[in-house]
Amino acid sequence: MTDIAIKVEDVSKLYRLGLQEQMHESLGGAVVSFLRSPLRNFRRLRSLSTFTADDSDAADVIWALRDLSLEVDQGEVLGIIGSNGAGKTTLLKILAGITEPSHGRAVVNGRIASLLEVGTGFHSDLTGRENVYLNGTILGMTKREIDARFDEIVAFSGVERFLDTPVKRYSSGMRVRLAFAVAAHLEPEILLIDEVLSVGDAEFQRKCMGKMGEVAGAGRTVLFVSHSMNAVKTLCTRACWLKAGRVQSVGVPLDVVAEYLEEAIRPETTREWKAESTADDDQMIRLTGTRVRPRGEQRILMGEPYGLEFTFVKTTDLPFGLDLTFHLVDEMGTLVFVGSTVLDRESWRVGEGTFTATVEVPENLMNEGVYSVARVLFLKDKGSVLCEQRDVLRFEVVNPGEGRLGWIGGKKEGVVRPRFLWRLDHTGPTPLEAG
Amino acid sequence: MKSSRIPEPAPSTTLLVEGPGLHVTVRERRRGWRSLDLGELVAYRDLFFFLVVRDVKVLYKQTVLGLGWAILRPLFGMVVFSVVFGRLAKVPSDGLPYPLFSYTALVPWTYFQTAIIASTNSLIAGSQLISKVYFPRIVVPMAPVVAGLLDFAIAMSVLAVLMFYYGVAPTASFVFLPILVLIMVLTAAGVGLWLSVLAIQYRDVRFAVQFVAQFLMYAAPVVWPASLIPPEYRLAYGLYPMAGVIEGFRSAILGETAMPWDLLAVGSVSALVVFLVGALYFRRTERILADVI
Repeated sequence: MTDIAIKVEDVSKLYRLGLQEQMHESLGGAVVSFLRSPLRNFRRLRSLSTFTADDSDAADVIWALRDLSLEVDQGEVLGIIGSNGAGKTTLLKILAGITEPSHGRAVVNGRIASLLEVGTGFHSDLTGRENVYLNGTILGMTKREIDARFDEIVAFSGVERFLDTPVKRYSSGMRVRLAFAVAAHLEPEILLIDEVLSVGDAEFQRKCMGKMGEVAGAGRTVLFVSHSMNAVKTLCTRACWLKAGRVQSVGVPLDVVAEYLEEAIRPETTREWKAESTADDDQMIRLTGTRVRPRGEQRILMGEPYGLEFTFVKTTDLPFGLDLTFHLVDEMGTLVFVGSTVLDRESWRVGEGTFTATVEVPENLMNEGVYSVARVLFLKDKGSVLCEQRDVLRFEVVNPGEGRLGWIGGKKEGVVRPRFLWRLDHTGPTPLEAG
Repeated sequence: MKSSRIPEPAPSTTLLVEGPGLHVTVRERRRGWRSLDLGELVAYRDLFFFLVVRDVKVLYKQTVLGLGWAILRPLFGMVVFSVVFGRLAKVPSDGLPYPLFSYTALVPWTYFQTAIIASTNSLIAGSQLISKVYFPRIVVPMAPVVAGLLDFAIAMSVLAVLMFYYGVAPTASFVFLPILVLIMVLTAAGVGLWLSVLAIQYRDVRFAVQFVAQFLMYAAPVVWPASLIPPEYRLAYGLYPMAGVIEGFRSAILGETAMPWDLLAVGSVSALVVFLVGALYFRRTERILADVI
């Protein structure tokens, strides 16, 4: 008989972006805005925690989770995968009780502990021993439980000699080892882990993976968020792929990971959005299409520049400074760069109409691989967000010289791969051997 | 693809039965006022203990004087007030030597002021904790209120030295000190709970609390005796709990005036109200803490 450990029913979570800093082009504008700011700030701060029914479609509101339902059996090790911003951490935070869902509910059946970060609450002025107790109680252990496992924790961490040294004198590796040692000795019935195994050196990571396997083997329920597909495939009994706050698929880890990877690297070089008839009045900017140039090209050659086109409709004549910002990420979700007219001091003041903005990315910058434009934002007067679209384009950058340079072999490491200029100067004769 | 899509909510799965050894929690949006959930606080008492220990240990780390600061702060206030208010402004002091008169008030006052400021800033300082782990948030602003009692005790011992110097012997009403301390701690905790949770959403409160503390000090009978208050306003004045506490300290330790039971009666009721309302307001608001940090 399997019992249900966690049952998530139609859970949604709304976040307000809010609090964008405003920049001003003139001193006058800055002064006026400064004088008006208290009232505006008050409304903005207040709105962070209050939502009304019609807010859910507002431009600065993000659905971190949307009507998500999920069941986890007792003893199951569920891997949660998905791109950045898909809602993985939000889901864990709701289950842990750190934040509340905006709608829906989740029922947790058993003592739960969460590990969203290694070393939460570590205080650098306290000694290793003191931090073990502080961190342990923060994670939900009692003093007695820590007493009972103290020696084990210390042995696992390998920092016995420095137990009575303030943690600020520790190397970052020692700190992480001690913190993980505490966490590893938590014994809840349900454990939530968020991407914490990616810290520490290779040997320590192996140790952590071993411990994870042990925890999983002991019949405890584990929810494990990871970007490491290998970890999900080897450790988990089931996997769940979250996409834009919803469950895209759940099932056998191998299948779900394959499905996810397939989509994660499927190029999408042209996107179009139809106008939604409902949200046309107060939305001043609407993104209607994006393309990678050269048009229709799914593969960009490393040695050639490429363009990104953003077509948008401005439905108002209001003369404000319009800015466009986009985030480019790699396969792992690492931010490669942020392109922004704000950064490049290039705002637009235009009337209404349809416009196409093109940004050209120089050649010899990107490494090989699959990249996506993870976010596109339109800003008003360098401040408030008028419109945001996530996950808009995906394209592949390939090395045209692959065939000829095959002997170097495969993709080089690194997020970027600029083409460098080299020079070799003959700066002197061979030094004579002394004596 | 073998994996299944699951938009449809599965037919109701039971098995979520409460029973011995079972621990069922429901995570959903809660609205309105909530109980204090003392059971949960008991479960997390060790965390509270270690947070207090942390606050105590960390406060004077890497200082030369260490705990000496616990003595110096009220002592410094005493010197300044004795010169400015005692000598220059000739503020009456119920016939007591002004330094002793003001120091006796400054000991509880310094505790109160330090506690509310530390408590107000505590949630902001602990925002990393709050956004990463669940625990009853109320322990965070309460820890500095309790941790401050160590400084208070040290400053009290200096008071004993001063009394010896001025040849003042404690009176029998000394035994009422624990009651005074309790009212003092309750008030500080209540104010701290209110302000800490407000400060998370409106950081203005961090700056405002400095002024508020200053205002509250002059409103309390620290540099002047409560006997200056006209009798018809005395009970209303007693609504400010620190009025009764400070006058009570003077009475208990110096014995020149009677124990101000009228002030204390009114004050302890308002302290209890401030604390309970503060705690309930905190419970009501804590659910949004992680979202607005």
